[in-house]
Amino acid sequence: MLEELFYQLQNQNTQWVLLGTMLLGVSSGVLGSFALLRKQSLIGDAMAHAALPGVCMAFLLYGSKSLIWFLVGAAISGMIAAWLIQFIIQNSRIKEDSALGLVLSVSFGFGIVLLTFIQHNRGGNQSGLSDFIFGKAASMVGQDVQIITWIAAILLLITAVFFKEFKILTFDPQFAKGIGLPTTFFNGLLMVLIVCSVVIGLQTVGVILMAAMLITPAIAARYWTDKLGHMVVISGIIGGISGVVGTFLSTTTKGMATGPLIIVAVTSLFLISLIFAPKKGLVSIAIKRVKLRKRTSIEQLLLSFYDLTENAGGKYAAVSFSLDEIVNKRKVTSSLISKSLNELLKKRLVAIDREKKWKLTEKGLQLSYQLSLNQRLYEMYLMHEMELAQLQFSSREDVDIEKMPSDIKERLMSLLKDHHREPMLLPKSNNGLSRKEWLYQ
Amino acid sequence: MNPVTVENLTVAYHRKPVLQEVGFEVPEGKLIGIIGPNGAGKSTLIKAVLGLIPIASGEVEIYGDHYKKQRKRVGYVPQRGTVDWDFPTNALDVVLMGRYGHIGWLKRPGKKDIDFARECLEKVGMLDFSDRQISQLSGGQQQRVFLARALAQDADVYFMDEPFVGVDAATEKAIIALLNELKARGKTVLVVHHDLQTVEEYFDWVMLLNLRKIAFGPTSEVFTMDNLQKTYGGRLTFLQDKNVLVDETK
Repeated sequence: MLEELFYQLQNQNTQWVLLGTMLLGVSSGVLGSFALLRKQSLIGDAMAHAALPGVCMAFLLYGSKSLIWFLVGAAISGMIAAWLIQFIIQNSRIKEDSALGLVLSVSFGFGIVLLTFIQHNRGGNQSGLSDFIFGKAASMVGQDVQIITWIAAILLLITAVFFKEFKILTFDPQFAKGIGLPTTFFNGLLMVLIVCSVVIGLQTVGVILMAAMLITPAIAARYWTDKLGHMVVISGIIGGISGVVGTFLSTTTKGMATGPLIIVAVTSLFLISLIFAPKKGLVSIAIKRVKLRKRTSIEQLLLSFYDLTENAGGKYAAVSFSLDEIVNKRKVTSSLISKSLNELLKKRLVAIDREKKWKLTEKGLQLSYQLSLNQRLYEMYLMHEMELAQLQFSSREDVDIEKMPSDIKERLMSLLKDHHREPMLLPKSNNGLSRKEWLYQ
Repeated sequence: MNPVTVENLTVAYHRKPVLQEVGFEVPEGKLIGIIGPNGAGKSTLIKAVLGLIPIASGEVEIYGDHYKKQRKRVGYVPQRGTVDWDFPTNALDVVLMGRYGHIGWLKRPGKKDIDFARECLEKVGMLDFSDRQISQLSGGQQQRVFLARALAQDADVYFMDEPFVGVDAATEKAIIALLNELKARGKTVLVVHHDLQTVEEYFDWVMLLNLRKIAFGPTSEVFTMDNLQKTYGGRLTFLQDKNVLVDETK
């Protein structure tokens, strides 16, 4: 296997083909990002399918196989399809999804009719046209690769030059128009670039699967970043890798079409992104959710401990209560209770005596006081949001008594007193409000 | 020179007029509210003035000249719902887009532009959020980012489409403070507005619109029961006085 791999890589023809598929993977990944963000994923699909009749027409008119004329034919019929979709949407009651479906299937059907006609009447299978359905990288010759390379390079260059313009056009077309961007021109340009990136992929990936090559790298890339620039680059890399891997697999496996293998490669990369991407991947989300649940239940328990101890009055060390009392104070998911209590015990925040009664430790009192204080201050903020608007809290965690301006702090404290919500039980030392400050109030 | 002069403006969608023969002259340095029931053509008026939609007839001038020549003097805050907030970009980047018209095409924003964008974020109290992905912002914070972007346009006349819709108390306050600051600096601001209760508090001048211009002038003169009834027709319930107006179309 490895030997064969090295042997293949030394073959100059293989090198050319790999370069070609890599570049078309990169360009479809880059332009696919824009297609995806402009919600034009399906337009790419329609254009790819519509390219088939264009390719067949070009063959009929030119008389023999020629990639450059095929590309011209595919581009023209792709554009006609895009225009037709717009025309149908604007001039009938048919909605976008139906218009896309209509144009896609009709033009593909027409393409198949032409293809059958050619195979029966003009040179039969020698035309190599059927390779355009599922794609066959091996059918590329040196000249084809050169053409694809040049087109891909031009597409990437134009995208780099107009990156800022494409970005604002994609994010907020109205604003772009308002500040004087010639939006009709740039819309058209971007559309042409997308059509071209679809068209150069046809021979390798095939009309049926080309849309996946446009969209999948972009979706995968979106998982790894929140910046358009990074997304475009990552998407290009994913597209390039998939192109190379798919082509290589198909040249080493006899009779395998390239398109499906490229799509399998890109889909694998997408699945890896979906599952393992930091922040947005499924694994990372699941871990975050579990952590949050655990932390919430621990904090809820501490709040209950504090409330119970506070309500009992007197010294905290003398107050203890049963598990039922704690659970009745604030509901905590039963599966989490024992785990969370163990965690609290381990951190020496609470203690349990022989009669299975629970109580706060000095350290636990300090922490639960802090939590309760923030919780109650947050409640005050919610009740008087209009007046305290500048604070912009969105949860208890945002409350930080140290960072607050002193007048706001005093206002919140007096609100707590007015509503009889000031914490009555103060630990000996704490980071929040000291005993003195409360007395001063 | 008036910031905005509109003459005989008519706009039609699919042959149905949505604005008919609207004409007015906007005075300089005022906060102006544009109010009217749903479908009255308030947003359409702004878009037509900014050349975002084709006009059927009429003329629009910004500082006595065609809008295309005065673009740099105009700032625009579209409705928040018109963009996809899941777009991969952060708050600072969105504000920088306000500089694009000044930077010119093909050039990248420089350090000056970035510093200016930061200043604008600070003015709306959002500097701490400059690196935040925009989908992570609350509705009010997104609205403030949009306002900061308009500030970054460094314009003389601003058009804002429903900036108060769906925002929290903090943002409403911030927007009002900002509007007053703009006014103090001699800028003119036109705001499409929904809430009749706050019209008198927020705006110096007001336009009442319902397909046609019903009235336009200083709030104290124009914002009357009579005019409101003309604008809203039967869709308005009056409860004793206009402090408790209820727009039934809502």
